[in-house]
Amino acid sequence: MKIVVCIKQVPDTKGGVKFNPDGTLDRGAMLAIMNPDDKAGLEAALRLKDEYGAEVTVLTMGLPKAADVLREAIAMGADKGILVTDRVLGGADTWATSTTIAGALRNIDYDLIITGRQAIDGDTAQVGPQIAEHLGIPVISYAQDLKIDGDKVVVQRQYDDRYHVLEAKMPCLVTALSELNVPRYMTPGGIFDACAAEITTWGRADLKDVEDCNLGLKGSPTKIAKASDKVRKGAGEKIVPDSPEDGVAYIIGKFKEKHII
Amino acid sequence: MNLEEYKGVYVFAQQVDNEISGIALELLGKGKELAAKLETETVAVLIGYNVKGLADTLAEYGADKVIVVDDPELEVYRTEPYAHALSSVINEYKPEIVLVGATAIGRDLGPTVSARVATGLTADCTVLEIGDFPLNPIPGQEQKHNQLLMTRPAFGGNTIATIACPDNRPQMATVRPGVMQKIAPIAGAKANIIEYNPGFTPNNKYVTIKEVVKAVSDTIDIMDAKVLVSGGRGVGSAENFKILEDLAEVLGGTVSCSRAVVDNGWKPKDLQVGQTGKTVRPQIYFAIGISGAIQHVAGMEESDIIVAINKDETAPIFDVADYGVVGDLNKIVPQLTEALKAAKAEK
Repeated sequence: MKIVVCIKQVPDTKGGVKFNPDGTLDRGAMLAIMNPDDKAGLEAALRLKDEYGAEVTVLTMGLPKAADVLREAIAMGADKGILVTDRVLGGADTWATSTTIAGALRNIDYDLIITGRQAIDGDTAQVGPQIAEHLGIPVISYAQDLKIDGDKVVVQRQYDDRYHVLEAKMPCLVTALSELNVPRYMTPGGIFDACAAEITTWGRADLKDVEDCNLGLKGSPTKIAKASDKVRKGAGEKIVPDSPEDGVAYIIGKFKEKHII
Repeated sequence: MNLEEYKGVYVFAQQVDNEISGIALELLGKGKELAAKLETETVAVLIGYNVKGLADTLAEYGADKVIVVDDPELEVYRTEPYAHALSSVINEYKPEIVLVGATAIGRDLGPTVSARVATGLTADCTVLEIGDFPLNPIPGQEQKHNQLLMTRPAFGGNTIATIACPDNRPQMATVRPGVMQKIAPIAGAKANIIEYNPGFTPNNKYVTIKEVVKAVSDTIDIMDAKVLVSGGRGVGSAENFKILEDLAEVLGGTVSCSRAVVDNGWKPKDLQVGQTGKTVRPQIYFAIGISGAIQHVAGMEESDIIVAINKDETAPIFDVADYGVVGDLNKIVPQLTEALKAAKAEK
């Protein structure tokens, strides 16, 4: 079985968001990490590899430094890494990104493509389903469990108040939730492999069946009109009461002031 | 693409188990407002099996027209037949705007359809307006009028961006539930109902539903609650949520929670507030034992009054709380419940 996992390098918003003195986001001060949902997708692929035997390829699109997440993936147990990077691909929205990644995937044999549900920088959850659409294969989003049954995948697909057990014939694409599993750590041997591993680098010319008009900033149907760091509601009051009773009295007082009680 | 051909504000009227989802009515409220500015009509696209009876409700909440796609293949949501239904409607009727709820269904359907009809899609919008793009004239660049300007949070709610889709139609957005306002229903309103079936032939993209497992929950939807008593990791155990439930009861509210609580299995997913849960804006929001990760704050910061109780003085929740109390929730919460009971009895 051949599995491709699409991963993204993102700024770490979870391990403490850093702000500049003026209240804007300090992106430079934040760590670049493998997107958490993607990492769960990679772990799911590695578990299938452990159980059934599979070749796991990781693919990312980004700046040259995005190769770091490919090496991390190889250190966890992935077999190969492909970096899609080219100046003309910059500024892509989800349409142009999914077009690009689909163009790269057309060069590869795959039975199963796994992406994270969404990345913590954009939070769109669009690129996975759009890749499947460009490739003409079934998509199952929001996977909270993933198994293989012969030439089919069996997935628990999460909804708000229920889940569906869905079966799709491979080749297909599954988007992974972080809840799917707890990703393994890199192994010392894996790190050694990762340092030695050669990362395949593809540019615009390597994308198959893709038109220039659908790539990068120019090929993006959505355009940013305005972007700003969010002005948050300021802090209100905070008290450190001498006793729980004082804390309760404080809240009751405020509620009376506001005519809540 | 002749952009002028595309007319009307279309809303995907999500239904589950033949019940209209709240988001569909919220989108109709917003859609009606946008349609008025554009001097066009508001159209609900109702997709399912035996769902025609729901059309009157959509009319009462603002739909001028309801396009019904009814087929046995559409009985339970699956990506492919639903994407085929919605993209066929778009190709046939050429709407200028298509709004979809940013639900677990809409966040799958929206991207698939936008890729199929080759247009842009802006995810998880919180503000939709009609305006110019670019916002201000730029020499040498045409400024287009009557564009849909879609505002959304990104970076886990740390930044906001306003996005347009000036050269492709339809302009598509998914919209976060709980943000837009429904209109007061107009009793007896009728819409023009159009039945449309593009034909459904199963292909490789049709997946099989082996099982539907519903979470058992008798609680009310936290998005409708006026008072939410929300607990986090600091509550310590599933059992200890009892003290939060008691507080909620005395205020006529309900209990919700942070992601950590769901991850620990203390509460079901449908009670989760935040970026990967629900966006809520009750009149009073209690954040109890919740540290206030940005992903949580993004889902509750629009609440009218936020009360935080946490033993950690440096918890970021205090940065958004109107009233913060540093202390032991196990002591404060039960006493607060008793004090509120007493205050009620006085009245």
